[in-house]
Amino acid sequence: MRAANWRTVAPAVVVFAVVLVGWEVGVRVAQVQSFILPAPTAIAAAVVEQWPTLSAAARGTFGGALAGLTVGAALAAAAAGAAARWSGFRAGAMPLAVAANSMPIIVLAPVANAWFGLVSPVGTVVVVAVLVFFPFMINMVKGLLSASAAHHELMATYAATRRNVLWRVQVPAALPFVFSALKIATPLAVIGAIVKEYFGGPQDRLGQYITSRAGLFQFDEAWAAIVVASTFGIFLYLLILLAERRVIGWHASLRTTN
Amino acid sequence: MSAISLSGVAKTFRTSGSSDVAALDDISLEVRSGEFVSLIGPSGCGKSTLLRVIADLLPPTTGTVLVNGASAHQARLARTYGMVFQAATLFEWRTVAANIELPLEIMGMPRAERRGRARDMLDLVGLADFAEHHPWQLSGGMQQRVAIARALSFRPAVLLMDEPFGALDEMTRERMQSELLRIWKETATTIVFVTHSIPEAVFLSSRVVVMSARPGRIADIVDVDLAQPRGVDTRADPAFFSLVTKVRESLRTIEVDP
Repeated sequence: MRAANWRTVAPAVVVFAVVLVGWEVGVRVAQVQSFILPAPTAIAAAVVEQWPTLSAAARGTFGGALAGLTVGAALAAAAAGAAARWSGFRAGAMPLAVAANSMPIIVLAPVANAWFGLVSPVGTVVVVAVLVFFPFMINMVKGLLSASAAHHELMATYAATRRNVLWRVQVPAALPFVFSALKIATPLAVIGAIVKEYFGGPQDRLGQYITSRAGLFQFDEAWAAIVVASTFGIFLYLLILLAERRVIGWHASLRTTN
Repeated sequence: MSAISLSGVAKTFRTSGSSDVAALDDISLEVRSGEFVSLIGPSGCGKSTLLRVIADLLPPTTGTVLVNGASAHQARLARTYGMVFQAATLFEWRTVAANIELPLEIMGMPRAERRGRARDMLDLVGLADFAEHHPWQLSGGMQQRVAIARALSFRPAVLLMDEPFGALDEMTRERMQSELLRIWKETATTIVFVTHSIPEAVFLSSRVVVMSARPGRIADIVDVDLAQPRGVDTRADPAFFSLVTKVRESLRTIEVDP
């Protein structure tokens, strides 16, 4: 199993290493200015040197992103539950949700400062929550309604209560859809938090850090913050994949046997 | 007393257009307790609809359905019906044992008792070694046996089966038919069985109800007096063939003269 795993990740590791080395060599040979593209070693050095500031900023930003993600998912779950339960509500709310989902909600980021004040952390949470609400809601409604008519008939012959149908049929059937939503919403949350911070917010945040360092032409430090944000995004994604394997290992997309 | 008593049952589906579809018309039928009755007829004769009307999954437009003296609705709430569909409709997130336990969970049976019952049911259908497998790890025939075990787990008085072996290959199908007869003997359940297959209906039933299409009516009832227990020898019995011919002719009369 371990050997097989290594064989599957090896190509990716090799490509990653080649890109990094090529980048380093390219920057040095062509003598690219650091404000255009710093060398990977320079960025790595900046990460180490700036770590105390960066890690504090990252904690604030990622905390806001995760808080927004949680709030957005919770609100979406409530809305999806209502939409799955009452077809009238569904008919009214779903077109709006689908329309809102195709809208680049992040454009509201500067407006959030007007609503919540420039330095309030609430703005970030709200922007992220609104951003992730729609992909969560749309997927959850689809998931809650995905159980077949035969499954519902079966539950009717057991004289199952509505609550039983919800928790024993609809929610498990919706889980694969929730993971799909998570994979979309998590990067959105990180992007949303940082972009919101570009337009203002507490000073010790990644978004503010990146814009201020770029303004000072300290691009290796700006890049260091970008690397930290990317690493966190990848980490979250892996976490989701891991959880997915544990929670819905039964789903067709994840079956390992037969 | 009749286990199931249908009198003057009609079912008309209202379509969005002006034309209503009469699926069932003036169905009267008495099914004795412990009897095995098959419904056979051309596509669109309403045999699946009739099964759903008996199960209180669809209300009849007119007529009455009594099950052990109570209304179909009361009977459903009293968990009188076990239901098996053409697709096994197992819950893919549950193991085989957990699928069988689902109705028992809903009915509030304590865990230890549930476990024991699931084991008994798996013994009954010959799948004791597959309790912890997931549905997709089983063949179609095995999945259908799990569905039967699940339907019988709460010891319903009536087992309603909607073309349960329709998707199986011929060999598996014949084996399942013998299994079902054995289970019927052991559990003394009243069975109403919908099928397209004439030999299947004759082999299994004590009576074959032949239905005509549009609207679905009872055209003929063929008594099957083949000796019990039935097995491989039954299929080679001249009496079996003459009954198959009798049902076939009955069906042909319908097609010629609707």
